[in-house]
Amino acid sequence: MSHQLSPIVRSSLLLGLIALLGTALLSSIDHLTHDRILEQEQNRVLRQLNEIIPLHLYDNPLHEDVIEINDPEFFRHTDRVTVYRARSDSEAVALIMRLTAADGYNGDIRLLVGISAEGTIMGVRVLSHRETPGLGDPIESGKSDWIYGFEGTSMQNPGQRGWAVKKDGGEFDQFTGATISPRAVVTAVHRGLVYFDEHRQLLFNTKMNTTINDE
Amino acid sequence: MKLDMAGSHYKEILTNGVWQQNTGLVVLLGLCPLLAVTGTVVNGLALGLATMLTLMMSNLAVSLLRGLLRPEIRIPAFVLIIASVVTVIDMLMHAFFYDLHRVLGIFIPLIVTNCAIIGRAEAFASRNNPGASLLDGFATGLGFCITLVSLGALRELFGRGTLLAGAELLGGEWALNLTLTIIPQHPGFLLAILPPGAFIGLALLIAARNAWEAGKSRTADAMGEKLPGPGSFQP
Repeated sequence: MSHQLSPIVRSSLLLGLIALLGTALLSSIDHLTHDRILEQEQNRVLRQLNEIIPLHLYDNPLHEDVIEINDPEFFRHTDRVTVYRARSDSEAVALIMRLTAADGYNGDIRLLVGISAEGTIMGVRVLSHRETPGLGDPIESGKSDWIYGFEGTSMQNPGQRGWAVKKDGGEFDQFTGATISPRAVVTAVHRGLVYFDEHRQLLFNTKMNTTINDE
Repeated sequence: MKLDMAGSHYKEILTNGVWQQNTGLVVLLGLCPLLAVTGTVVNGLALGLATMLTLMMSNLAVSLLRGLLRPEIRIPAFVLIIASVVTVIDMLMHAFFYDLHRVLGIFIPLIVTNCAIIGRAEAFASRNNPGASLLDGFATGLGFCITLVSLGALRELFGRGTLLAGAELLGGEWALNLTLTIIPQHPGFLLAILPPGAFIGLALLIAARNAWEAGKSRTADAMGEKLPGPGSFQP
């Protein structure tokens, strides 16, 4: 009986019991929600990808046709770059790079950069950032139209010199009071474009779920 | 007679939680999430509801176990209970309010560290029956939630000129039209949205509450005695 146990043993058992109950509760809830959370995550990724490459342009499972690029030297970031590839009748249509700009005002800016097979930017979206609200955050699509300004640009348009914010002599607007955030985005998008230009075949032909390592 | 007593007891629990001992405005506990997420009404409401649910569940569990808990293990036991409850809520929100969960991010798991919750477990639930404890959790949570929503409304209104922006995160598609644009073409008032706005807004709310209470006690004084006696002198 419990009154014969020493207080320490009794307390330990009770704590153990509470921990056990808690664990049981957590694992059952985890079991219930796990699949749904994964599904929601996948839906979100797809939704964002489809904003850049509309559904009617491709017919393959875009979020599954994925490769990674491991080239920290080129992308100036240790994060691997994920590439989603869109095809129609097995012909390359476009791809989306998920890359990270490390030189934001307040740390990493994660971007999706969509590039058509011909090398034109189809769209850019900011996935996450910690730029100052009101100053740097117009890089977000919900806050201003700035990010749509990339659509239709390419290596030749506006050309090497033009791929910078106006303050640095380029073609892209900066914001009042914030040059660093847009500069980081412009540089990262251009970097993605340069990589695409040099590795176009490799990017589309590498086997699904493999990694391109820097040579 | 007994019923009356119980009724007034419950009423006292309610007014205590919502007004007299309001977590955000009087006790000043849990200010970190309070200041961090109140950029909009919807964010405030969501965190408020999650906190309220946590308070009710943890109060209930602590109250049910209060006969078994020896004083020396009560704190680790509270921590275990609260952490489990919060993790469950975090997982459920992640699964069913995915976008909202992304907006509130780290502040949902951080409900664990809201001192108000362990405070109510210690001060109330470990000494009272499950029914009263559940009500106390509800009242305290409601008080906190109202504070979050008020501060969110204040900041959203001054900062962006809207109310209930992003309601669809909480209510789904049908809530898309709930967003009210109070001030059209609002240029955006950064100070209200940035952290200093949270501090200033909270200070204004606390000041308003204090002014209201001071006004009430002055009226009460005036009605009680026309001339202040020697005892009521305050330096």
